[in-house]
Amino acid sequence: MGTEVTHAIADGILGGGVYALMAAGLTLIFGVLDIINVAQGIMVVLGAYLSYVLSVHLHLNVLTGLLITVPVMFVIGVAIHWLFIRPLRGSERTSMTLLACFAVALITEGILYWRFGSNYVSLHNSYSESSVHVLGFYLADIYLIGFGLAVAAIAALYLILYRTTFGRAVRATMQNQTAARLVGIDVTRVAAVTFGIGTAVTAVGGMVFGSINSFTPNSGYDLISRLLAIVILAGMGSIGGALVAAVLMTTAEALVDIWQPDWAVAVFYLAMVIILTVRPGGLFGRRAVRAQ
Amino acid sequence: MLASPGAARSLRIAGVAALIALAALFPILFPNPTATNFGVVTLIFVAVTSAWNIFSGYSGYLSLGHAVFYGTGAYFLVVAARDWHLTGSAIFWLLPLGGLAAALIAVPVGLIALRVRRHTFVVITIAFFFIAQLSAGNLSVTGGSSGLLVPVPNNWDPATYNNPFYYVGLIIAVATVALAVAIRRSRYGLQLRAIRDDEDRAAGLGVRAMPVKLSALVLSAFITGMAGALWVYFIGQAVPQFVFDPLFDLAVVLMGFFGGLGTVAGPVLGALVLEPSQLWLNLQESNGYTSEILFGALFLVVILFLPRGVLPTAAEYITAGRARLLRRREQQQGAPGAQAPTPAAGSAP
Repeated sequence: MGTEVTHAIADGILGGGVYALMAAGLTLIFGVLDIINVAQGIMVVLGAYLSYVLSVHLHLNVLTGLLITVPVMFVIGVAIHWLFIRPLRGSERTSMTLLACFAVALITEGILYWRFGSNYVSLHNSYSESSVHVLGFYLADIYLIGFGLAVAAIAALYLILYRTTFGRAVRATMQNQTAARLVGIDVTRVAAVTFGIGTAVTAVGGMVFGSINSFTPNSGYDLISRLLAIVILAGMGSIGGALVAAVLMTTAEALVDIWQPDWAVAVFYLAMVIILTVRPGGLFGRRAVRAQ
Repeated sequence: MLASPGAARSLRIAGVAALIALAALFPILFPNPTATNFGVVTLIFVAVTSAWNIFSGYSGYLSLGHAVFYGTGAYFLVVAARDWHLTGSAIFWLLPLGGLAAALIAVPVGLIALRVRRHTFVVITIAFFFIAQLSAGNLSVTGGSSGLLVPVPNNWDPATYNNPFYYVGLIIAVATVALAVAIRRSRYGLQLRAIRDDEDRAAGLGVRAMPVKLSALVLSAFITGMAGALWVYFIGQAVPQFVFDPLFDLAVVLMGFFGGLGTVAGPVLGALVLEPSQLWLNLQESNGYTSEILFGALFLVVILFLPRGVLPTAAEYITAGRARLLRRREQQQGAPGAQAPTPAAGSAP
């Protein structure tokens, strides 16, 4: 029993890191652009399929493959922003961009069905077969590698945001777009690059997700609903909060899974609903809920 | 051409009456089961899209979780028909109860979700949708992931089997649209639209925002639940992934946007155009992804180029055209009156 619980907690924390990374991209895009990118889930699946193609057809190591998939996902993110998000303006912009992202998700899902069919596939690699022995149980290497990658990527996001000129421009845009434009920041470029970065993290997330789970083009719905629950629980726009919320949620899920496997996923949404009734802004949300 | 307001009104009433008469005669004109099948599903979507519009279109709070209410109504009908041993047309009496069940679910959903502002609201409705889907897949009362069968009437004549569903759907659809008209013209509808335009200012002017928003959501959920109950009886089975289908939410929103959000005729037009085309496309290409890709592409086109919908955009063109016509006529009438039909008069503004 004790081992089971420790194992669940370890699984939860390590798995939470990967969700935190995907959610960080989502919450970054929200913070800078005021856009709820509901396509993030299917982008993770797209990232997983890209890794799958590279490893099956080009026999690339999944970690080496990231050198290709991360830039590709970045370009896809910038393209989505340029084509479908940038032209949308006006008072209904937040709702319209959300629907545009939903449409992009639908098209991407359709294309994935067309190319890969609806059968479950998984990313086979040496890391999901080898494992290390800790505290009386075995942990697959991919969990540790995924967690390490996620932490490194989130740290990189923090460094970019708080230690570079570009990061300062991003934060200025987050606080006040008009003022940012007045001091000479190219807000459109900042927005495009932010969308690109927010999407690029799904390449890493997708690789780890695909190595741990088997997936179909339909997996995007499950992912996006979990990611949205994490982001709402954390408070929209907070990257650090996303990390805490993700680890909390996945650990709770892993613990419930020991006794009630069918209801484990429900923990995500129940936690979200309970928090929202007490704190409508989320755990780490800005105190004043942003006015429309 | 330029009719008086009274004449325009009677023209509009005649148009609506003709449309309803045409809809009532449709199963007689096209008795083909495929056609009436399309008709039933399309009428269900007319009702649901109008009901969605009464809440989301009027108040500006976009709900992407109406499938929760649709599915609640559907499961209520299936379980009640089984437990109360109802068969045949007696099952139709369960529709209002299914709507009531959905309305009951809408109260806590609204109390939680309507406390936050618009973009968080959209996300929370999505989350509620997934909670509902998950519960339907795991609870024993819904038959779990394998679902439940509905006792469909087996002694009805196959040739006219769809007709009872069609006329019940027509009644619900017409009643919903009439309700949408009534609300739009009422003080209540004005309050809803004031909330859409500026909630803080509306509250400052004395609109009690929460009761107004919540009642609109509950009303919308009631109709959606009835439509869901009718749909499940028509389909004959309830499986979680079809009863709680994310594409349903998107379809409703697309139909509303396509026709014109917040208008009365827009959602009706959207449902009448898009639902049959989608059904037809699914008949041609059964692979599923073709319609998915086209659906998404159409959605993008509407959002990017017709963000206010087909009807408001068309109305703008007509108004602009009329104004141009009026101006030209005034010029023509003005020119002889001035008794100076010189070429210069033609270019005067």
